[in-house]
Amino acid sequence: MSKKEALRDRAGWKGFIVVIFAALMVISTIFSIQFGSANIPLKDIWTTFTGDIQSDFQNIIWNIRVPRTFVAILVGANLAVAGVLLQGIMKNPLADPYIIGVSSGAGLAGMIVLILYPHLPHILTPVAFIGATIVAFTVYALAWEKGIAPTRIILAGVAISAFLGSGISALMVFYSDRVQGTIDFMVGGLSARSWPQVEMILPYSIIGILLAIIGIRKMNLLMLGDRTAKSLGARVEWIRFSMTAVATLLAASAVSVVGLLGFVGLIVPHTARLIVGNDYRVLLPASIFLGAAILTASDTLGRIIFAPIEVPVGVIMGAIGAPFFLYLLRRKMV
Amino acid sequence: MSSLEAASISHSFSDKQVLKQIDLELKEGRIYSIIGPNGSGKSTLLHVLSRQLKPDHGQVYWKQADLYRLSPKKVAQELALLAQVNDVMDLTVEQLISYGRTPHKSMFQRLDEEDQLIIDEAIQLTKLEVLRKRNVSQLSGGERQRAWIALCLAQQPKVLFLDEPTTYLDISHQLDVLEIVTQLQKTQNVTIVMVLHDLNHAAVYSDEVIVVKEGRIYGQGTPKEMMNPGMFKDVFNVQADIYEDQDNELLRIVMKPLKD
Repeated sequence: MSKKEALRDRAGWKGFIVVIFAALMVISTIFSIQFGSANIPLKDIWTTFTGDIQSDFQNIIWNIRVPRTFVAILVGANLAVAGVLLQGIMKNPLADPYIIGVSSGAGLAGMIVLILYPHLPHILTPVAFIGATIVAFTVYALAWEKGIAPTRIILAGVAISAFLGSGISALMVFYSDRVQGTIDFMVGGLSARSWPQVEMILPYSIIGILLAIIGIRKMNLLMLGDRTAKSLGARVEWIRFSMTAVATLLAASAVSVVGLLGFVGLIVPHTARLIVGNDYRVLLPASIFLGAAILTASDTLGRIIFAPIEVPVGVIMGAIGAPFFLYLLRRKMV
Repeated sequence: MSSLEAASISHSFSDKQVLKQIDLELKEGRIYSIIGPNGSGKSTLLHVLSRQLKPDHGQVYWKQADLYRLSPKKVAQELALLAQVNDVMDLTVEQLISYGRTPHKSMFQRLDEEDQLIIDEAIQLTKLEVLRKRNVSQLSGGERQRAWIALCLAQQPKVLFLDEPTTYLDISHQLDVLEIVTQLQKTQNVTIVMVLHDLNHAAVYSDEVIVVKEGRIYGQGTPKEMMNPGMFKDVFNVQADIYEDQDNELLRIVMKPLKD
């Protein structure tokens, strides 16, 4: 046994990593509230929360920074959990919310609202959510034949996504003058997200993450392989279906609020997996904290790096997340 | 007493009928080997019997009850399957084996001392004591197979199904596996049903062989009854010479290509 592996297997090590990820989430939360177009001193944040003294920044903190950070945390956690569930369900390292059609469903529905009904911005989120859910379940139904084979779901998902993608492209061609207003949604951004978005996503986050926690043991059984899981009394098809549904709700609620934010659902679970291993008892909390931390940190960075221009969080995620992920991959796989 | 029974089972994959009207009776505490050429349906039969695959037609009865109407968890307390292919897991040997207790626990129940004793026993029987804290991904093929068998043992099954348990193993590890299985039957009266590729192993290690040909049962009986030149010619398309030892116990089959 090599030293590195000995360290990785040592009791408590994995729990420690989870605590580190949680700490990262807290730190990026503080940064996210602190930094932006105006930098707020820590003591003002403190007094705002304790309510002792009226701060000049109270309005910014309560109505802009806190809800936006809240949305970032929830979206990051949702997408990470959706990804970590789907990778386990599909037994495929490339599985993420895109693969089951959630993103293309939300994408086309969102684009229809943004381009054809730009005067109704308030219906964007619910319509995108409905689009995401419908498409995900369509993919699932198409892949069904005496049960679900993960490869069939992935292929059906890719085909449906390509089909809907051509719809999105067509809209952009026919209404090229209106494309400008859709960019934030297409790449995924948190700008101007506030309390209504928190209210939209929070119930799904709570329910979805709770259900994922309840499913931890079942997910671990699936990791042993379908036959062994069945031999141990697991209802494999039901686990696949119910956990896909949970992942769909989590991803759909996230995507409908921030737009087509890719990559979080793919790289966060993988990064967590490379560091803490496959056991969902550790992997799930690690993904939740890491997803929230990375998205919050990326959004903060996007706000300050080219200020006053705000870089959408999706762009930051891709630009920094991908190289970091490749670095991890190279180091571990050899 | 027959504990596991199949009544006119048929099953198809897409257009191909893999099992055709199979009837079968398996008695408690015996070792059964299912043999047959590739594509004869022997693995499918094993999966149907072990509640992995509901057949298109026909019933499987476990102690007179319809196997596919019993709850999966209840079945898992009595039937266990060692799958043919098992993924490499990022778990310690002991963690892997502890999953065998799943069917005996409710959803949020933790493992207690009794479970630990059962896990220890499974580790002892498969001689994994020194490897128990090792990561499964670091084991050799033979050790890994023993760890997966131990997982099944921790399940404390009444029937253990094994799908080609010796494939890809060195000969010494093949024999290890077969010895563990025999010991299990002798000491705990566990019924063993396995698909075996090696016909000599099937001859030596089973109480009965079930010969499958083109989705039908060609015959079922003791190795001595079944393993004869006629069967080898009909089913496997080979010429076989059977040698017996002085006690008239079946020992060795030598197979040659069939002469025209």
